[in-house]
Amino acid sequence: MSESAEMIAKRDKVQLGFWLYLMTDCMLFTSLFATYMILRNSTNGGPGGSELFSMGFVLVETLILLTSSYVCGLANLAIHNGRKKEFVVYLGATIALGIAFLTMELTEFGKLIGEGHTPQTSAFLSAFFTLVGTHGLHIAIGLIWASVLIWALYRQGRQEDILRKFSLFAVFWHFLDVVWIFIFTIVYAMGVK
Amino acid sequence: MQKAREYRRQQLRYAYAYLLAGALSIAAYALAVSASTFTDTSFAVIVLCAAALQLYIQSRYFLHLDDKEAPRWRLLSYAFTWFTLLIIAVGSIWIMNHLNYNMGMSPDQMDQYMNSQSLKGF
Repeated sequence: MSESAEMIAKRDKVQLGFWLYLMTDCMLFTSLFATYMILRNSTNGGPGGSELFSMGFVLVETLILLTSSYVCGLANLAIHNGRKKEFVVYLGATIALGIAFLTMELTEFGKLIGEGHTPQTSAFLSAFFTLVGTHGLHIAIGLIWASVLIWALYRQGRQEDILRKFSLFAVFWHFLDVVWIFIFTIVYAMGVK
Repeated sequence: MQKAREYRRQQLRYAYAYLLAGALSIAAYALAVSASTFTDTSFAVIVLCAAALQLYIQSRYFLHLDDKEAPRWRLLSYAFTWFTLLIIAVGSIWIMNHLNYNMGMSPDQMDQYMNSQSLKGF
């Protein structure tokens, strides 16, 4: 597909801006990770990660999000090859898996809070809910964004616009999975050990 | 025909990366739940290495940071961000875990002091 010089200039500018946003988002998550690492043993006499987390549940969550990220990559390939139908199927699967992931995360939060392990219980739980909740919030925003993209695909005909917008979403979605690897490793795997 | 083959090849690249990343997650899970002989420290080092490897795989095959045609500022800013992040994270953890040295306290005294501080509230 040939793009006009104007389109290329616009795409490059938007890409740079979005990429810089992602890098600052990295800083946000790093601060939260550092906070969690420092506070993870401050349980105020309450239960720690090894009593609260269910590793099997989290592994399923992890694999669902990874699959979502993978399918999102396939959607990106499809749209770059002009396969609109395949693209919609893949993007739909990305959203469905994202919803499944978010539901599981909220179920876990609900279970913890229902058992009385609220963010107010201890510094450890405050840090845990902030870190994992911030990631969940990003996922929720990503889901809204992806839904808007599907709607935009049918609304406006310009393929170039969809391509540019979707590329940004794909980067965002892959980025969220990268953050989750570290939540999985640092919060859960190292927490239950 | 050529285009379709190229499309397949790119799809396969994604599939390999997906399987590798999934295998690493499952390996970390298996290590965490098995009653292994590892100490906490060596366990942490192993799973963090697995996470770093996954970071490399996903950055390369999903985020396409190895793409020769992609602008150079992407890889540069990414590398610089990681460099800064490591300083922030490792630095914070190191400082907070060694507060007692700087205040001339033993670790127990430090714990007591921190507890008394937290009881005061905000």
